[in-house]
Amino acid sequence: MDELIAGVLGLAGAALTLLAGVGVLRFPDALARMHAATKATTLGLLLIVVGAEFQVTGGSTKLALVVGLVFLTTPVAAHLVGRSTYRAEGVELRLDEADELAAAEEAGGTHAGHDHAPTPGTPASASSSWRGRRR
Amino acid sequence: MIVAALGLLAVAGGCFVARLVMGPTLADRVIALDGLVITLVSAIALDAARTGSPLFLDGMVVIALVGFVGTSAAARFIEERGG
Repeated sequence: MDELIAGVLGLAGAALTLLAGVGVLRFPDALARMHAATKATTLGLLLIVVGAEFQVTGGSTKLALVVGLVFLTTPVAAHLVGRSTYRAEGVELRLDEADELAAAEEAGGTHAGHDHAPTPGTPASASSSWRGRRR
Repeated sequence: MIVAALGLLAVAGGCFVARLVMGPTLADRVIALDGLVITLVSAIALDAARTGSPLFLDGMVVIALVGFVGTSAAARFIEERGG
């Protein structure tokens, strides 16, 4: 019974990780790829580790520790990569015109990484939908 | 069943490696490498579940930590370099 539970949970977690891989391979830009890679692999790792808890004898503390570590560090790493992508390469806004990081950097005045002030309210065209530093 | 899950993880790792090789920007490569590290951690956990021995779990914890440090350092490098 334990083996069946570990197998089902392992298969579910591996399928989620495979979905993350397909998303990283297929999604159009860096932020969408990061979105797929961080969330799906984190949940997949949680499922795999919960399945492994049923089978491994004497290692449950380390398994719990690695889940805690990944749940703490993956959002931080994704935040850092997303902010550096925004500042260094620019981000194409496809879905909305909200650009909260530009407003925060305008207010804080720290390390303004964009070339032009954001213009909320203007319709998105091919040239004005890039935020952050232009390519 | 666990062996089939390991096969799925291998396919996922292949997808990450493909993005690591293709990736147009450096951020794409960093994202792909981060996903590859978490896939490796998942594979070690699955292999521990297959064999029932906690032998490689220390390495799993260390790989998770080193992967985070490497990803954040690469993010700072992208920001300083400016693309």
